Amino acid sequence: MEQRTDKNSYTIIFAIAMVLVVGVILAGLFGFTKPMITQNEEIEKQQNILYAMGINANEGTSANFVSTKEAPALFTENIKEQIVLEVKDGKILSQMTRQEYMDANNGQEPYLIDIKKQKTNAKNGMSRKLPLFVGEKDGKTFYIAPIRGKGLWDAIWGYVALDKDMVVQGAYFDHKGETPGLGANIKQRYFMDDFIGEHLVSESGVFKGITVAKGNADPKNEDKTDNEVDAIAGATITGDGVTAMIKKDLKLYLPYFETLKN
Amino acid sequence: MGKDSRLILDPLADNNPITIQVLGICSALAITAELEASIVMSISVLFVLGIGNVVISLMRNIIPSKIRIIVQLIVVATLVIIVDLVLKAYAYELSKTLSVFVGLIITNCIIMGRFEAFALANSPYRSFLDGIGNALGYGVILIIVGFFRELLGSGTLLGFPVLGDPIEKTGLYAFGYENNGFMLLSPMALIVVGIIIWIQRNRNKALIED
Repeated sequence: MEQRTDKNSYTIIFAIAMVLVVGVILAGLFGFTKPMITQNEEIEKQQNILYAMGINANEGTSANFVSTKEAPALFTENIKEQIVLEVKDGKILSQMTRQEYMDANNGQEPYLIDIKKQKTNAKNGMSRKLPLFVGEKDGKTFYIAPIRGKGLWDAIWGYVALDKDMVVQGAYFDHKGETPGLGANIKQRYFMDDFIGEHLVSESGVFKGITVAKGNADPKNEDKTDNEVDAIAGATITGDGVTAMIKKDLKLYLPYFETLKN
Repeated sequence: MGKDSRLILDPLADNNPITIQVLGICSALAITAELEASIVMSISVLFVLGIGNVVISLMRNIIPSKIRIIVQLIVVATLVIIVDLVLKAYAYELSKTLSVFVGLIITNCIIMGRFEAFALANSPYRSFLDGIGNALGYGVILIIVGFFRELLGSGTLLGFPVLGDPIEKTGLYAFGYENNGFMLLSPMALIVVGIIIWIQRNRNKALIED
């Protein structure tokens, strides 16, 4: 005997009803949680930027952010300016201060600029907005730039703090879905700390970037001018992704740092 | 032994989803390089499989048989997205740790396997026990594999160095011991699972198939 649940009409009605129910549940939940998620993401960006300039709660060998409660206040206190550069084909078209940018963009803070969207703009032949955060701590000035690229499975990104000579003062990396224990280790402190002190530009002023290198005969990373850090075993593609995003994205800031020298 | 308690105990050993049914291998290989990741994944699967089995069991008399696989997929995906959104809103740090696993949970064949083989034909209570049992059986293997891979591959457990410092040459490393980087790669997960299967079948010959 054919069962009620085998009928085509029943199947179609069931499918439609199920999609509607699930859709309503998920849409409702998404709308309800969105403001909280957005706020969490903004605070995370602030924590990332602060981490790169050395304001963090690191303990032992583990990397820790300042707490989510303190982050907004510390961010306002330590980040003195958020510059927005508009670049095209390696040239700076215009430079905006935080206030100018916010006035022109409905009050959106420059640190919330969507780097992914700006990369797409650049790919389509449009100009690209580059945020650069100027932080001050203990009398030292840090220039913190966001970077973004591809790992093995998905996006990887980070923030690199530089001094005026483009020497790395701190770095933070994160990823969407790299393999735990392998590529995911780019956000481990031992890897991020290796970048501190590395030079991006050679003595003659040529932009070299930093290569995540295998077997570079410098596992303790004592040579800071070799433009290399030690790679993570078993994470070749993720390491290459880090190399590529540093080379590509930080090079864009080179014209700005040249203006600082004069 | 009661029938219900067998639902929990069987999958732990003689009907283990990984070593006997050989399901869920992809995630067992992918995320067991660290013990912590193994534990997080086990808890996530425990949660999704426990609740998912109950939901499917409650719906078992109204699900049209022609589209039951799609219905099962929707249930898993919905559960995972709900968990993901709630964590992102209320426990952001934890959600970042879990983000890697979301895709792996949805595609875990153990979950679909239990929906199809058990929850569609049994009461919600028994389905719940079956879900918990299978998730625990899956978790036990994940944790064993994660333990050996992290210990032999990185010399750490849950991120703490237990064998000394490989660069400063302290602890075991002072005697010339080296971490085996090969343990961190997926093939070694397969070999460790293989060794577990070997030991298990050697102890219980009834499990050997002709």
